Amino acid sequence: MTFNRRAFLGTSAMAAAVLAAPRLYAAAHGGKPKVVVIGGGAGGATAARYIAKDSDGAIDVTLIEPTRTYYTCFFSNLYLGGFKQYDDLGHSYGTLASDYGVNVVHDYAVGVDRDAKTVTLASGDSLPYDRLVLSPGIDFVAGSVAGWDVSAQNAMPHAYKGGSQTQLLKAQLEAMPEGGTFVMVAPPNPYRCPPGPYERVSMVAWYLSQNNPTAKIIIADPKENFSKQGLFEEGWQKHYSGMITRIGPDFGGGNVTVDPAAMTVDIDGEVINADVVNVIPAMKAGHIAAVAGVTDGNWAPVNPGDMTSKMDENIHVLGDASAQGDMPKSGFSANSQAKVAAMSIRGALTGSQVFPAKYSNTCWSLIAENDGVKVGASYEPTEEKIASTGSFVSQTGEDAALREATYQESEGWYSGITADMFG
Amino acid sequence: MTLLARFSLVAVVACLAQVATAAEEIGDAERGEALFRQCQSCHQIGPDATNRVGPHLNGVFGRTAGSVEGFRYSKAFERAGSKGLEWHIDTLGSFLENPKAIVPGTRMSYRGMADAQDRADLIAYMRDFSASPANIPESDPTARAVSHDLDPAILEIQGDPAYGEYLASECQTCHRVDGQDSGIPSIIAWPEDDFVIAMHAYKTKAREHPVMNMMAGRLSNEEIAALAAYFATLE
Ligand SMILES: Cc1cc2nc3c(=O)[nH]c(=O)nc-3n(C[C@H](O)[C@H](O)[C@H](O)COP(=O)(O)OP(=O)(O)OC[C@H]3O[C@@H](n4cnc5c(N)ncnc54)[C@H](O)[C@@H]3O)c2cc1C
Repeated sequence: MTFNRRAFLGTSAMAAAVLAAPRLYAAAHGGKPKVVVIGGGAGGATAARYIAKDSDGAIDVTLIEPTRTYYTCFFSNLYLGGFKQYDDLGHSYGTLASDYGVNVVHDYAVGVDRDAKTVTLASGDSLPYDRLVLSPGIDFVAGSVAGWDVSAQNAMPHAYKGGSQTQLLKAQLEAMPEGGTFVMVAPPNPYRCPPGPYERVSMVAWYLSQNNPTAKIIIADPKENFSKQGLFEEGWQKHYSGMITRIGPDFGGGNVTVDPAAMTVDIDGEVINADVVNVIPAMKAGHIAAVAGVTDGNWAPVNPGDMTSKMDENIHVLGDASAQGDMPKSGFSANSQAKVAAMSIRGALTGSQVFPAKYSNTCWSLIAENDGVKVGASYEPTEEKIASTGSFVSQTGEDAALREATYQESEGWYSGITADMFG
Repeated sequence: MTLLARFSLVAVVACLAQVATAAEEIGDAERGEALFRQCQSCHQIGPDATNRVGPHLNGVFGRTAGSVEGFRYSKAFERAGSKGLEWHIDTLGSFLENPKAIVPGTRMSYRGMADAQDRADLIAYMRDFSASPANIPESDPTARAVSHDLDPAILEIQGDPAYGEYLASECQTCHRVDGQDSGIPSIIAWPEDDFVIAMHAYKTKAREHPVMNMMAGRLSNEEIAALAAYFATLE
């Protein structure tokens, strides 16, 4: 280390790092230590890349992900609005394999044997691990919206996992009759991307204002309040006056039954004939987390310092699936958590230096063309959870130049995070 | 604008862009302040400046022509801006010399300032009301002032690049390590001092940006030095 004396004495962070002395590692399965990562999304791809990159071949990294192209949920609303092409959202795993030496296996994990420390794949193969990273994203809570289950997702798409669902919703939006009705059933907390449904409403409204200006949007919402509410409502008033109606819980927005065959939505007894119904059900950790036995209720609780499961110190749970405290379920958060976990895994398996965890998040949303807003916070681990240490949010009434700059920044972020995930 | 005029605008700007002038030599800002009196009937500059007959002139350096929020520009100015005219020391100099040659059709009724020294002094004065490279290294590089108010002891700290590499992973969610800029600036291969000065400007909120204020705000002096050391090594 090249500290001068003053710098060294003044560095509390370094002092803490020195205390976190690496444990000695003994590979459970012989050979190089092995890390298996389940899920190649914001958390998993980042973790695989950082572990492989920073360990310089000292750790075997296998990434299990069924799809060959990952379509981001982030910016998928901009695709609905017409600001992005579908292809802009797709990213392949080629560079992770070729440049970082990650063993990318396109398969589905179906079992985890925590005693034997193995993962079983749908193909029947079994993979040993010393550390397992679970970043499977979300699944939906059965029965959370009366009348809807995943078999109805073609009639009433959720478009809340990336890929074909997003395309389907876009096609339905484009096929809406003149003056038609778009209904969104918004999810209860906690769910992935707190501003996501409202950015989606904004982008749908943008599309309709350009192509079908007499159409209407109705949101049935079980929540009193939502993320960036003041900013969205100001924007809706400004850009889409009269188009959007939100029915909150006071007016029965939480009492919804859908009929996918009839294409109707019953909101507290009032039946609406809809042309497009976007049902975003309640969420839980991706199924494999429950299969691995690391969930408590809907989510997988983790230790705030290194994202290890509270049920198993050899498993790290990242991203949306984890219950960690104050961080929102976002791609940015998952990416941030992945780097902390990667550092801690390397420390445990190769004895590399471990520094104190720092986390952060910023979520940008687009309300209309060049009208971008953002919200963000920094976080640190406490005994009990990952706790927010400071935050900011865009203000209502900001001038157009600032909003445009904020949008430009979100473009930069998208380019940055996807490069950080996939190399 | 006629085709010919449009062509000449592009041509003039293209030539001007090749003239680079060193910062410290812009001119005598005190003389410039006196000269600015001729501008004052239309333009304000300084802490409370607002748009009047002409747009306010705070932050003009590095700005696209015709882009001050809330000011109604002539068509000519809007077009000049959309064609890429930006205000730097060179373009401002030419514009002040002969406004109608640079933006034909501008509403600004000013014949022009013939004397080169006068123009330089006036620009030196105006330069003080734009972002300065002293605390914002990537601001318009026309006036790279040598002074900044950061404690020299802070600049002396030798950062640990290994620690910097871990801390940098947080920056890389947005700032690409290959230096590509799609809306968020490159931060690789900066001189370490510039990096440290910029981060402290964010930390103390001398420079405002909510994300960067938050990120820099929780970094210690040593952590900033570590980041500067690490990013300086990237190419
Ligand atoms: C409309 C919308 C907009 C959004 N906008 C933003 C935004 O602007 N900014 C932001 O930061 N976040 C945004 N998000 C949230 C972001 O997409 C998620 O928070 C993020 O993707 C979570 O990362 P993850 O790794 O937990 O899960 P994911 O990225 O979903 O990755 C999970 C991966 O695991 C795979 N998988 C699941 N089960 C298995 C299994 N058994 N075996 C193998 N693989 C499996 C899946 O195929 C998937 O690829 C948005 C989300 C939505 C829906």
